[in-house]
Amino acid sequence: MRDPLSKTRKARDARDGYGFISLWLFGFFALTLIPLLFSFFLSFTDYDLLTPPVWSGLNNFKTMFTKDPRYWKSVFATFYYAIAAVPLRLVVALGVAMILNTNRRGVSLYRALYYAPSIVGSSVAVAVMWRQYFGTEGIFNALLRAVGIPSNISWTGDPRFAIWTLILLAAWQFGSPMLVFLSGLKQIPNELYESASIDGASGIRKFFRITLPLLSPVILFNLIMQMIHGLIVFTPALIITGGQPLDTTNFYALYLYRRGFETFEMGYASGMAWVLLVVIALFTFIIFKTSSQWVFYEAEKGR
Amino acid sequence: MGHATTPFKKKIHTMLFHLSVGAFAFLMIYPILWLAASSFKPGGEIWSRVLSLIPQHPTFENYMNGWKGFGGITFGTFFKNFFIIAALETLFVVTSSTIVAYGFARIDFPGKNLWFSCMLATLMLPVQIKIIPQYIFFGYLKWINTFLPLIVPKLFGEAFYIFMMMQFIRGIPKELDEAAEIDGCGRLYTFTHILLPLLKPPMFTAAIFSFYWSWGDFLAPLIYLNNPKLYTLSVALRSFADPGGMTDWGAIFAMSFLSLVPVLVLFVSFQRYLTQGIASTGLKG
Repeated sequence: MRDPLSKTRKARDARDGYGFISLWLFGFFALTLIPLLFSFFLSFTDYDLLTPPVWSGLNNFKTMFTKDPRYWKSVFATFYYAIAAVPLRLVVALGVAMILNTNRRGVSLYRALYYAPSIVGSSVAVAVMWRQYFGTEGIFNALLRAVGIPSNISWTGDPRFAIWTLILLAAWQFGSPMLVFLSGLKQIPNELYESASIDGASGIRKFFRITLPLLSPVILFNLIMQMIHGLIVFTPALIITGGQPLDTTNFYALYLYRRGFETFEMGYASGMAWVLLVVIALFTFIIFKTSSQWVFYEAEKGR
Repeated sequence: MGHATTPFKKKIHTMLFHLSVGAFAFLMIYPILWLAASSFKPGGEIWSRVLSLIPQHPTFENYMNGWKGFGGITFGTFFKNFFIIAALETLFVVTSSTIVAYGFARIDFPGKNLWFSCMLATLMLPVQIKIIPQYIFFGYLKWINTFLPLIVPKLFGEAFYIFMMMQFIRGIPKELDEAAEIDGCGRLYTFTHILLPLLKPPMFTAAIFSFYWSWGDFLAPLIYLNNPKLYTLSVALRSFADPGGMTDWGAIFAMSFLSLVPVLVLFVSFQRYLTQGIASTGLKG
């Protein structure tokens, strides 16, 4: 008698399960999977939205890799940005999290103040402000003059510095990795530090032997998320520098947007999007694969 | 506390801590304070006393000028558009994600692991890859220059919220569902009458996140809304502060600051929810 009973139960579970996830399942096919495949197809065509797509084989990719200097410039700018901004952000986030990981009074207020820039930082409003901040008459020059350095260059208009104004904006928003690190730090048992102190370990040694290894899963997670975030940065570049000067901040997502929605080269833009997807997948894969060498997992414990 | 420290030394430590951490905190929020201060300064004062955080002759003129907007459309319209979109997006995405999360968290069905992996994978998917085919698709449906391309996709749940709700559902003892089932309740009834009341707090957290993301969304409204009458705050601000256009910086700063107000209010009122959500899921920017 058990068997048929569990059979009906299984059938009911299948019906109910698919019933509950059907909304998502439909959206996954209609808004993610089919669009993904369609964009894959488009990347082998020329398509301007007005006339039907024309098959062009690998032409888009050939142009991208061999004939479009702006493409490589955007790749370079994006990596430059991500490689500078992500570690900067994470190091500041970890440093601040360690300082704030005490029971002193006022810590929750400080935490809120440090987190506030992350709430508003990626908005258009802040980008508009940032552009003025680093302009000729901006506050940054005023600060430099106040400490006796005469300066009246436009930091966002100078090809040497423009990208750094964007990197600084990213570093300013270290709030969310800081929160993740803080909750990670709270889980490290205090006894570990105490017994290390008894053994006469220095602060630096404790950091490298206890804090860093125990935080490594959290660091890995942040690294992946921030890296992906860094590679698709869009709003600040569009508003603050417009990709200028001399394309030094023409980040990948911005260039893709321009080819797709300003000159309506949907085929080319789709090709760019697919290359981006492959690069992000590759990055994630590499970080995961190498993680076993530097990420320390405690023995699995059930939760 | 293993080491014996003198009270005096402790006091010095505490003072140094507050001095340095406080100074750094001031530095961090200085740009936001500067924006607020500049929005109340009369035109000439913004750049002549650029470092000052206290307006010498405070004025509301910037707000009055800025509110007029551009092309005969006031910021009232942009705020209204934003609130309509944010409210509908939030309602849809929280409801649908909760339903889907229940399915994934509580029911064992064939193929579940596959679909769950697919859902997690969409977390990593950059918007850029979907936006071109979706634009073509929505264009085909004649949805460009309507709110539909922004709102309708939220009916089908989003991985971030599904994942977040699942975490909470897993924390609720399974015996509760089982007891209901033994009493002869169907799954739908168990979900709506047993679990849903318990899920109010996480749904509220999800709603805060959703509202916040609607506020920050820029690429999608930029692409789908080309008629200034439909602009949301972010897109309107971009046009308003167009470097080739006007240079009434006072008005631009006033509207920029005003556009920050909804999230600053949200942050101050519900800080705990936001920070806990980030700390527990670890996602978001």
